[in-house]
Amino acid sequence: MTKERIALAMVVVLALLPLLFAAMGESYYLTVATRMMIFGIAALSLDLILGFGGLISLGHAVYLGIGGYAVGILDFYGISNGFVQLGVATLASAGAALFIGAVSLRTSGVFFLMITLAFSQMVYFLAISINSFGGDDGLTLNAHSDLGLNFGNTQVFYYFVLACLAFFLWLSFRIVRSRFGMLLRGMKFNESRMIAIGFPTFRYKLTAFVISGAICGFAGALLANQTLFVSPSIMQWSRSGDLLVMVIAGGMGTIVGPVIGAIMFLLLEKVLASFTTYWGALLGMVLIALVLMGKTGLLGGMAKGGRPHG
Amino acid sequence: MDKRILLLAAAGLLAVPAHAADKITLGFMSTLSGPNAIIGTEIRDGMQLAVEQLGGKIGGLPARVIVEDDQQKADVARQLAEKFVQSDKVDAAIGFSFSNLMLAVYKPLVDAKTVTISSNPGPSQLAGKDCSPYFFSTSWQGDNWAEGMGAYLQKKGLQNIYLIAPNYAAGKDVIAGLKRFYKGSVAAEVYTPLTQLDFSAELSQIKSSNASAVFAFYPGGLGVQFVKQYAQAGLKDKFPLYSAYTVDESTLPAIGDDALGLIVATSWAPDLDNATNKKFVSGFEKKYGRVPAPYAVHAYDTIMLLDTAVKAVNGKIEDKPAFLAALRKAQFESPRGAFKLNTNQFPIQTFYQGEVKKGADGKPRIVIQDKALENYGDAYAQTCSMK
Amino acid sequence: MSATLLLEQCLNGMQLGIMLFLMSAGLTLVFGIMNLVNLAHGSFYMAGAYLGAFVYASSQSFLLGVVAGLGGALLIGLIAEFLIFRRIYKGDHLDHVLVTFGLTLIFNDLARLIWGPAALFARVPPFLSGQVNIFGLISYPAYRLAIIVVGLAVAALLYVLLRHTRLGMLIRASASNRTMASALGVNVVVLYALVFALGAGLAGLAGLMAGPIFTVIPGMGDNVLILAFVVIVVGGLGSVEGAFCAALVIGLIDTLGRSFMKPLFGLFLERAAADNSAPAIASMLIYILMAIILFFRPQGLFPPKSR
Repeated sequence: MTKERIALAMVVVLALLPLLFAAMGESYYLTVATRMMIFGIAALSLDLILGFGGLISLGHAVYLGIGGYAVGILDFYGISNGFVQLGVATLASAGAALFIGAVSLRTSGVFFLMITLAFSQMVYFLAISINSFGGDDGLTLNAHSDLGLNFGNTQVFYYFVLACLAFFLWLSFRIVRSRFGMLLRGMKFNESRMIAIGFPTFRYKLTAFVISGAICGFAGALLANQTLFVSPSIMQWSRSGDLLVMVIAGGMGTIVGPVIGAIMFLLLEKVLASFTTYWGALLGMVLIALVLMGKTGLLGGMAKGGRPHG
Repeated sequence: MDKRILLLAAAGLLAVPAHAADKITLGFMSTLSGPNAIIGTEIRDGMQLAVEQLGGKIGGLPARVIVEDDQQKADVARQLAEKFVQSDKVDAAIGFSFSNLMLAVYKPLVDAKTVTISSNPGPSQLAGKDCSPYFFSTSWQGDNWAEGMGAYLQKKGLQNIYLIAPNYAAGKDVIAGLKRFYKGSVAAEVYTPLTQLDFSAELSQIKSSNASAVFAFYPGGLGVQFVKQYAQAGLKDKFPLYSAYTVDESTLPAIGDDALGLIVATSWAPDLDNATNKKFVSGFEKKYGRVPAPYAVHAYDTIMLLDTAVKAVNGKIEDKPAFLAALRKAQFESPRGAFKLNTNQFPIQTFYQGEVKKGADGKPRIVIQDKALENYGDAYAQTCSMK
Repeated sequence: MSATLLLEQCLNGMQLGIMLFLMSAGLTLVFGIMNLVNLAHGSFYMAGAYLGAFVYASSQSFLLGVVAGLGGALLIGLIAEFLIFRRIYKGDHLDHVLVTFGLTLIFNDLARLIWGPAALFARVPPFLSGQVNIFGLISYPAYRLAIIVVGLAVAALLYVLLRHTRLGMLIRASASNRTMASALGVNVVVLYALVFALGAGLAGLAGLMAGPIFTVIPGMGDNVLILAFVVIVVGGLGSVEGAFCAALVIGLIDTLGRSFMKPLFGLFLERAAADNSAPAIASMLIYILMAIILFFRPQGLFPPKSR
């Protein structure tokens, strides 16, 4: 089965899931699944730079925060138009990614990892300090983004998020299959050769970084819509770690793998947390076992070529 | 997934009374994992002690408590709230350890007309303009202890005080609360980054100032650091330290003797002299082997509040208006003394000035010395639409 | 602002810098030699703090506490290296991030399981609890002064070890060319284990000393770890000397920023605006500094010479 087929199958299954939940009488599971899909979009966006660009970002949650706060702040000023909100969230994240990328892409490997972490910490502290928007207490939204759809209805919101997920899956496949995607992968394996051939690699990497940030920001806007609340904890550095884990566990460079990784990760977290408050330790053991046993993610085998060496 | 049913009196399930409900289901959430699990753990333990002392029944109804961990994440808390409402169909949602998570779950809970009782956070919005007939607090409004300290400082006639707190919403609220009652002069007002580890820079500033005393607000782990470093810098004798929410029974063991002589504001202390408190403290110490903190008291009172109200409606909790009215009117003996709610459904209570002293066992403990504010509600009740 | 206050703030900054250096030294060594990104380094710091405080409190012997904290962190480092880390040296940075992220989760929960969620009591030994008068100018907490002295001594020892001993020569040789060193007969496996344990021990020492002034609580290593990463990146990955300079610079800038930012902002902003913006900027200061330095010098201030 190709990755596109898997993606298609996953979308179909997700589309049928609400029927199952309805039959079980558990409408609550719908919101759980919605959150999983939102994190799926965020993980997918990280895969674009991690799996294809070989860029290990330990600050990707910052775009979730920027997207979420964009919706929250617009709502705070009474602007509830969904097109404006989602648009601003995406553009603001893209802008932030442009700036962060312009600085951090000058470095590589561990330096890149650290500098992305530093930027996310900066924005995190900024959000805590600004009291007008709730500071540490966060910001409660008055209403959902108004797209003419009733997001208050969990079914409607579920299908909207699913549609977004399907769109971003399609878009990502288009991107990585394009000439641009090829170049990106080429750079991952041998950047100096690409430079020698005459490609402005910095510009390509930056473009990928901005696209990735924009998609993640969109996911942040969706998350804000689901919780009707944003607070700095949305972009804690451990969240960025979680995102990395989702991508790697699902299989880097496969687009659909990270989405499945996100679903599995959140499912595991939820199951473990229902048994013990020491679920963190159990999760840690799973992570270590995953690496020591040499698994490269659920769909890892499907990625062409190896993994980046930083 | 909700296998964590705490108590389920099976006998109660079989009996089917005609009118009253046959059981009461409570959804409990607090932060039970990760680095900041201490408050959530205190709340859970206080709640469990109360349920146990009531023989597993609340107001005569067999109680089922679903305990959930919010992981200190707003989106997780929000989902748990939805689970309580849609899946567990709880009769009340209780617990809560952090105000940002309280605010995240507030709307979904009260919009679904779920009785919600906070055992710790009391953000000003919920006490004032956003108050709801479905929301109750057994703890405090977030400014309360600072107001108590302000009243005490004002009474003492102190002047030229150095104010210091972390730079976030609660920090500003606490300073504002202090100033509501303290009208003296301020030597300086300093806000420090929230995750700061070392206060040496600020302590040096205090040392070189001409302040007569210092008021500090540093909750949880920050308080441990601040008070220890304050003592080590040799400031304790020159600048008496007054504080609110900075030391409590959960952090005192970690601070040790460095806390001695600290003046605090509080609404409860382990040695507060009343029968309920004795029963609570001895029960808690026996069950958990440590001194309870105020958070445990609030959680204990949450269950007692429910117990009183369920009894008042003879177990007919499905009659929501009657149940809400009974909760609102409920009066009972709390470890803090007589418990009573204000119009905004936050407690009316007495705030004391206490001092950290060496106890009989040689360990430091908070000893109540004087009443600072008697039978006080909060500053926001007047902006609440419920009268 | 008086000169004595400035002097005192500089001491404060130095003390923070020294703590950061002890944390970063192991981190940067391990990276330089094994090419390992270790997010679990904060766990050794936490182990040192917990073991030191616990043993000191239960045995009433400060010396035993020091031995337990230092030795415990070292031992835990050695065990972790044997069980887990040596299996991932060959892996890529992603493997490292995943495994060490997982280890951090495990260690934090372990501390909570053993000592509970509340903070643990850690006290200053009586002989260091007073104030010391420095040059008749300022009185400074003896304990903080002791941290500076111990830290500087350790830094000097480390310098001698790395520059003037056979072991140090081997370590430097492996850092600059791993394959060549092992081809020349260096027992890389043992060397790696030693370096790793040394790093863990240094972090344990930092935690041990931090216990009495910070809060000994699960997860206490995480915040410090992020600062340590800033230090080693600014200093140049793999360079112990660079880490030393960067740690002092960051300690000083953070401390001075926090104390003098507000009066500085007060010069050209209204008081309310200064009150609001100064603490916000102060908390971001070192990250801003890091971004600026990496923008102009992507390899950090003192990158180690070739590899």
